[in-house]
Amino acid sequence: MTPRRRRLLWVLGILVGVAAAGGLALRAFQQNVMFYFDPSKIAAGEVKPGQRFRLGGMVEKGSVQRIPGTLEVRFVVTDFRHSVPVRYSNVLPDLFREGAGVVAHGRLDANGTFVADEVLAKHDEKYMPPEVARSLNQGASSRTQ
Amino acid sequence: MVIELGHYALILALLLAAAQAFFGLAGPVLRRERWLAAVPSAACGQFVFTALAVAVLVHAFIVNDFSVRYVAENSNSALPLFYRVTALWGAHEGSMLLWILVLALWTMAVVASMRRLPVEFAARALGVLGVISFGFLLFTLATSNPFARLNPAAPDGNDLNPVLQDPAFAIHPPILYMGYVGFSVGFAFACAAMLEGRRDQLWARWMRPWTVMAWAFLSCGIALGSWWAYYELGWGGFWFWDPVENASFMPWLIGTALIHSLAVTEKRGLFKSWTLLLAVTAFSLSLLGTFLVRSGVLVSVHSFAADPSRGIFILAFLVVMIGGALLLYAWRAPRMKSAAGFDLMSRESFLLFNNILLTIAAAVVFGGTLAPLIADTLGLGTLSVGPPYFNPSFLVPMLPLLALVPLGMHARWKRGGLGEAGRPLLIALAVAAVLALALAFGVYAHPLTLTPIGATLGIWIMFAALIDPLSRWRRRLPLPAGVLGMSIAHLGLGVFVLGITFVQSNTIERDIALKPGESAQIGSYTFRYLGGEDIEGPNYEGFRGTVGISRGGRAVTVLHPEKRRYWVQGTVQTTAAIAPGLNRDLLAALGEDVGAGAWSLRFQYRPLIRLIWLGALIMAIGGVTAVLGWRQRGLAPSDASTAIAPGGPLGAATGSPAGSRGGVS
Amino acid sequence: MNRFLLPLAAFALLLVVLIVGLKHAPQKDIIPSPLIGKSAPHFTLPNLLDEGHPVSDDALKGRWSLVNVWGTWCGECRAEHATLLQIKQEARVPIIGIDWRDQDADAKNWLTQLGDPYERVGTDHDGRVAIDWGVYGAPESFLIDPAGTVVYKHVGAMTPQVWQQEFLPRVGAAPAPAAPAPAGSGA
Repeated sequence: MTPRRRRLLWVLGILVGVAAAGGLALRAFQQNVMFYFDPSKIAAGEVKPGQRFRLGGMVEKGSVQRIPGTLEVRFVVTDFRHSVPVRYSNVLPDLFREGAGVVAHGRLDANGTFVADEVLAKHDEKYMPPEVARSLNQGASSRTQ
Repeated sequence: MVIELGHYALILALLLAAAQAFFGLAGPVLRRERWLAAVPSAACGQFVFTALAVAVLVHAFIVNDFSVRYVAENSNSALPLFYRVTALWGAHEGSMLLWILVLALWTMAVVASMRRLPVEFAARALGVLGVISFGFLLFTLATSNPFARLNPAAPDGNDLNPVLQDPAFAIHPPILYMGYVGFSVGFAFACAAMLEGRRDQLWARWMRPWTVMAWAFLSCGIALGSWWAYYELGWGGFWFWDPVENASFMPWLIGTALIHSLAVTEKRGLFKSWTLLLAVTAFSLSLLGTFLVRSGVLVSVHSFAADPSRGIFILAFLVVMIGGALLLYAWRAPRMKSAAGFDLMSRESFLLFNNILLTIAAAVVFGGTLAPLIADTLGLGTLSVGPPYFNPSFLVPMLPLLALVPLGMHARWKRGGLGEAGRPLLIALAVAAVLALALAFGVYAHPLTLTPIGATLGIWIMFAALIDPLSRWRRRLPLPAGVLGMSIAHLGLGVFVLGITFVQSNTIERDIALKPGESAQIGSYTFRYLGGEDIEGPNYEGFRGTVGISRGGRAVTVLHPEKRRYWVQGTVQTTAAIAPGLNRDLLAALGEDVGAGAWSLRFQYRPLIRLIWLGALIMAIGGVTAVLGWRQRGLAPSDASTAIAPGGPLGAATGSPAGSRGGVS
Repeated sequence: MNRFLLPLAAFALLLVVLIVGLKHAPQKDIIPSPLIGKSAPHFTLPNLLDEGHPVSDDALKGRWSLVNVWGTWCGECRAEHATLLQIKQEARVPIIGIDWRDQDADAKNWLTQLGDPYERVGTDHDGRVAIDWGVYGAPESFLIDPAGTVVYKHVGAMTPQVWQQEFLPRVGAAPAPAAPAPAGSGA
């Protein structure tokens, strides 16, 4: 092989490799990217049926209900304009509490209940995820208008 | 009074860093010998005053001086002395100080080994380090002064965040910082080489031990962080693809590529401009990580309190440092041409593949980490990507990379071919495949498709790493430190791969609500919740459960997971109980009282998880072994002295006899 | 084009993303309060210094007032204390304190040592009232108008700047009384 042809082969090989890796990564990305919706966006019908997404908002006061002796928890997430009931049956994080911001991963079921498979909270209890803060802010300001 | 002393010391350090930067960068240009001579002195001074500032703050923590705001917010008189010291880096301001101290330490190390380098080159490198120090000192003094007073003083402090009251946390940040701040030396050397307009590859020889050392620290630091998150955050995860983790992982990936491409550049004079770019990128990613962690642009479980004004400052600093370095690169890299050729099966081409695949891996992580930001910029809505994206995408470049490691280790330079290592490699592959299948189908049932592949690769890499040392030992040939270090590091990689394969495919995790006496089956283990009791600790109260674990009717261990509520901050914390073992970890964590006498509990079985951290530790040991060996043999000084052309340091030529092969004519 | 310029171009692109990201990053004060524009939540709390007279939302009616949530365990509260004392000296807006998740003895000590800026202090030992107020962390300050409506909320330490730029103008918008007379100043 001449050095020139060898070089061409190299470049081609690398290009194919990079393209394959990029394609696969993009596919994984498209399949697994999770969009964030707040209760208002859900009420507006922006969520596709069966779509897995992140729900953010505030845990409504007095809404947390347990079925005693089981992991089953129900609570309501609100952005002060709309609310979504949430069902969860795993261990809740330490910082989960009423009146605090929360982010949950899951899907809507047929009745409009959000079935969460993961509920997140941060180490720092003074912290609010920025997207949740934004949702709540819009909700709060739209109410005062 | 003492506190103000610390503040003044920091200001003096800032001025000395400015002097170090100015004399280091202007001296060689204006050809002033006395300016050059001033550089190391300024660097030493900067170190002394930074250390003094740190000492003052540590003293304030030790004597519980709650008139210092930072101390009042992050310590408490009830806190044990050890944690009062480590509370220094418990929050933003103090950890910036630690960052600066670590940078000053690396700078001192460069000063100490300066005589091995041409005077001008060392001055320029120190000058670049001075610019970095200056930027971070200015940042700290202007936006995050750890010496700010609280008036009136607090009677007691607000306590250290409970998750940080932990021995692993105590050493995790310093080691992690030693790692990614350490890449600043490689960055500085790359900038110095470009500023000088060098055409040779001697800089690669000088840069190599520094980069390998920083890489070893970073490997260790990331592993420690993962271990800490595993047992301290309570829920048994060891890697979350969280932005903060990614911020240290991206420099590690590029740093790994860098130490491999440095080998090619040093030995063969190839990939010069590429190596320079990697050296710039590795540290740039460290800086970018600092920005992401401290500006609040990305959501993370670990991030510091968000403050966009700090973000603007760091961003401006990024523009100066990274923008400047890349501009320099665009200007000077084109003249660093490499002319030598190599064959397809040569060491060079394997290392080229290594670099391409590691860069792709870094790009995958980078893309996933910044995707939320990019989507935000383009108005695509708020989105997030998690392990479902990272895990499969990361494997795409990783699997071929791992498959090439055993071959690359033994491929010969230039002409290529595996030589006499071919046969043992083949045998090793066969044995590894048999062992892997036995493990995947015999010991750990229910494998994924990838399980036997991952296990084969892991075991093959381990065997391949041993071939060279063993054959040299049999023939009583000397084992050069570089080869030994490489073998150890790759052995660690194999251990790591083996561990992660089985952790990923055979972990069993279950959340369940149990009343005392009830049990759950986790794999072959029976976890029985035996009840619990209220407890009271020195600065917390809580509940302690008892979980008995048995296997096939035989008791294995008893775990005591806890739920604690810390008085001062009122924070609730889950303290998981773990029964560690080289072959498996068993974990029990308490959720909460779910009524009707039951508690929610999380149980986990994770096979071989210790191998992940053990592997990373072995990799780091490999790196340190290589560096110590190079130093002991005094390889660097003799090479450096040949580099200095006759006519004194200021007349140092850009070329050298040794480097002429790769030079451009 | 020079291929060695590509890294620089990529960095420039990254910068755009980072700048936009920074613009969207949440400010400290962004944590919203759904209370704004609504009546202050009802509460009745034991009075820290005067046991016979509980502190309730009645104290917020008929005049401008500032509700300050604090605790002796909170570093920022100490930092804002001097400002609160100044606000007391101005004698324009009385401060009602809610002592959050605290020990009474500590709180009394604090007020004796540092001075007492509060007209009265209610003690919220279990944090129930703070939840109603949507308190995330101490200190937080709420401005209440004479009708008992929450007008503004500030998260973090009160500073003279915040007081003058965010609070006083809002009070000033109404016909300001020279003294905190309990008479309705009209909203």
